[in-house]
Amino acid sequence: MTKTIEVTPQLAADHGLSEDEYSRIVELTGRTPTFTELGIWSAMWNEHCSYKSSKKWLKTLPTEGPRVVHGPGENAGVVDIGDDDVVVFKMESHNHPSFIEPYQGAATGVGGILRDVFTMGARPIASMNALRFGEPGHSKTRHLVSGVVAGVGGYGNSFGVPCVGGEVNFHPRYNGNILVNAFAAGIAKKDGIYISKAEGIGLPVVYLGAKTGRDGVGGATMASAEFDDSIDEKRPTVQVGDPFTEKCLLEACLELMASGAVIAIQDMGAAGLTCSAVEMGARGDLGILLDLDKVPVREENMSPYEMMLSESQERMLMVLRPEKEDEAKAIFVKWDLDFAIVGETTNDLRFRILHRGEEVADLPIKELGDEAPEYDRPWVEPGSHSDMEPHLFAPPHDYNAALIKMLGSPDLSSRRWVWEQYDTWIQGNSLQLPGGDAGVVRVDGHPCKALAFSSDVTPRYVEADPYEGGKQAVAECYRNLISVGAEPLAATDNLNFGNPEKPEIMGTFVASIRGIGEACSALKMPIVSGNVSLYNETNGEAILPTPTIGGVGLIEDHAKTARIGAADEGDVLFLVGTEATHLAQSIYQREILGEEAGPGPKVDLLMEKARGDFVLAAIKSEYASACHDISDGGLAIALAEMCMASGLGMKIEFEYTYPHAALFGEDQARYIVAVDEEWANMFAANSEGSGVSFLRIGQVAGNRLIINDLVDISVDDMKQAHEAWFPEFMGTPALAQAAE
Amino acid sequence: MIAALTKISGNAPTRIWHTETNLPGCDLIVIPGGFSHGDYLRSGAIAARAPVMQAVRQAASKGTRILGVCNGFQTLTESALLPGALMRNAGLTFVCKEVKLEIANADNPFTAGYKKGEVIRCPVAHHDGNYFADPKTLKSLEDNDQVAFRYAEGTNPNGSLNDIAGIFNKAGNVLGMMPHPENLVEPEHSGTDGRRLFEGAMNLLSKEAA
Repeated sequence: MTKTIEVTPQLAADHGLSEDEYSRIVELTGRTPTFTELGIWSAMWNEHCSYKSSKKWLKTLPTEGPRVVHGPGENAGVVDIGDDDVVVFKMESHNHPSFIEPYQGAATGVGGILRDVFTMGARPIASMNALRFGEPGHSKTRHLVSGVVAGVGGYGNSFGVPCVGGEVNFHPRYNGNILVNAFAAGIAKKDGIYISKAEGIGLPVVYLGAKTGRDGVGGATMASAEFDDSIDEKRPTVQVGDPFTEKCLLEACLELMASGAVIAIQDMGAAGLTCSAVEMGARGDLGILLDLDKVPVREENMSPYEMMLSESQERMLMVLRPEKEDEAKAIFVKWDLDFAIVGETTNDLRFRILHRGEEVADLPIKELGDEAPEYDRPWVEPGSHSDMEPHLFAPPHDYNAALIKMLGSPDLSSRRWVWEQYDTWIQGNSLQLPGGDAGVVRVDGHPCKALAFSSDVTPRYVEADPYEGGKQAVAECYRNLISVGAEPLAATDNLNFGNPEKPEIMGTFVASIRGIGEACSALKMPIVSGNVSLYNETNGEAILPTPTIGGVGLIEDHAKTARIGAADEGDVLFLVGTEATHLAQSIYQREILGEEAGPGPKVDLLMEKARGDFVLAAIKSEYASACHDISDGGLAIALAEMCMASGLGMKIEFEYTYPHAALFGEDQARYIVAVDEEWANMFAANSEGSGVSFLRIGQVAGNRLIINDLVDISVDDMKQAHEAWFPEFMGTPALAQAAE
Repeated sequence: MIAALTKISGNAPTRIWHTETNLPGCDLIVIPGGFSHGDYLRSGAIAARAPVMQAVRQAASKGTRILGVCNGFQTLTESALLPGALMRNAGLTFVCKEVKLEIANADNPFTAGYKKGEVIRCPVAHHDGNYFADPKTLKSLEDNDQVAFRYAEGTNPNGSLNDIAGIFNKAGNVLGMMPHPENLVEPEHSGTDGRRLFEGAMNLLSKEAA
């Protein structure tokens, strides 16, 4: 590549920049930018890095709370968990790359989120993955599921972080754009947190980790565009992951931080060297001078444009204390990682790049970092649906058959096929594994503290009513944390939507953020980090709006938790909440009646909080043995899931108005709690005392789930249906079945 | 593994860097799991050629007890301290699940905490755990009672020949196993079946030392 490439408005447009944006760039540069400079501007100003369409609305989210140490803006959120410890976490999407190249796309998504966490000085202790694929019958779906799951496992297992939860869903609206949302959490000491803001002039800027290659050049720009039929041509923009180098990078970074050498640190993620250097400088009100001849490369003759936009993985940029340089270098040499001083901090607020003795870029750093355009995109208020009474839905001919069919449906069947490809035990601290309400990992070095993790959103509800659906995503996450006995602390959001330049899509985005914000305030789960993924469209068709919420909860004493499968023979079963009536947008409606219509369930946040507080108190006082929240599929599915987890049956007898709505309705703010018979009356009295509605619905008994005269199925038959779908879909040879 | 060894023995084990060429005096050498060098060539192949393995070979020949778990087992077969090879799982995917293990030989310090024929719970987590050996090697393993653990009750997760989950060397001082007993050693792990492997080994070692 030669330096004579002429920069034209057309070339700017090819970089995804609008005419207005390009004029502004020319104005801020003070001349026509060079090709390298254009690449840098486009990388900083694309949607992925600048949040230009979403920033206005993200600012409305609640981000503060008594335990919040660092909210959004850093690599990950930081929340106090007591004893001078903090939990550091974030969720981030790798949607576009994973559709193009599922294994590497998913793998580097995991790598990226882990780096975000340890860049802040935290050792990763848990991960989750929220995956959304097209309809099972679509020709690409199996290939994508197989590649993404292998990629997530391939990276996380090798790196050595347990995967403790997540989601997998299927819907035709993801046929052309799958979603891969990766979550990671780590633990650090409160005074051992590192941020990206550089301080001090004339200090060495150090490049660490793997060498720079041509992989991923322009990845962030690709991730800010819609797909069309030329998608396969974009494969070279996907990065390639090396989990072993990342593991070494983790150890080296933590060792380096402990040595006191680090002033500022930023990982090279989207837009690699460009984004990390600009952020460190812009946040610290410093200029940065980089000499590209000093950057470790693995390919010959890379142009400055390619080097500045490469998204090669497992790289970091740091500003170090000069007196510690030798000590720092020795640590990186020990871990077989590259260590090179590639530049310095300056006092001129310019971002300058040298290549073979020539200055190939000279740009104003604050404008690059902070003055990305911010749009108030036009949006329209989403339409609403009128409520649908239960009598508008046909009851099933056979409740047993309906229940079995739902248990074995793509969205409700067991995800064992997926999570058995993830290491869930590594590090030896996993207390609750995937398959329950939330993953639980104990805090190493503490006698009884643990953290709970859950990832949730119900995209069909968000599509039907973005505001209520946004609330519901937070509420379900809250309930899942409560169900294991954790106090919900905070959340991260991963907002996946279509093209924000369409007012309907923007309206969905705006309304769901309003819902998320209200729920986070009411349920005291501030948003401390997050990521926005827009332009998830192919040939003009957008995904279902999918604002994934990743929640973290604190368990002060892990002896006092509940699990989905911990009920004992004879335990009394309570439904916390009331009889269900809402069947619109339910799994029953979709799987049994074959339609998706009407509004999703409404979320009463005060009721969510009151019932959540009550259930949490019951678990903490140790008279609730098992607990499960009621979500997709309603009461009957929740009961069946508890039976399958414990291997025990249930005898349920309760009064209802509409049996199909009572069994399968998806009304919110509800739990099933199993209580030792001895404590049952006390539990009931406490419910009444707290003003929390409840129904005593039956007992744990035998090996069949019996509900009035409607359902009578053996636990084994339910397990069979529940476990069969995924392996059959993936065509996996039946090797050994699960040990239990 | 280090956490489990520390909790069970009350002492933190000494960690040895892969480029070391000498080992301190010790009763037990543990090669833990964990995708050494990314397993980018073959699992354990590069680790088997690390400088430290020369010292491990010497220790093995002198009778020092050596335990290799998961990637450690792969490293031991790659360094020919144990016979056979660990191929890609028959299902071609990583497998993380709980299996049942039958104690095939309890006449060894490592398995002395169990009874022969006893069936225990144990987690596995690997991509390449499919034990293979040629018929002659397999027969000699069986004839010499070198099989330590077998997957039991139809839980073979990877297609291993003869359901082999772990083997001893001929002298009995080297054990390699794919399952992770260190992840089932505390009540919080939902069971302690793995603990007896370490306790049995330590009891016998301390008796020998006395």
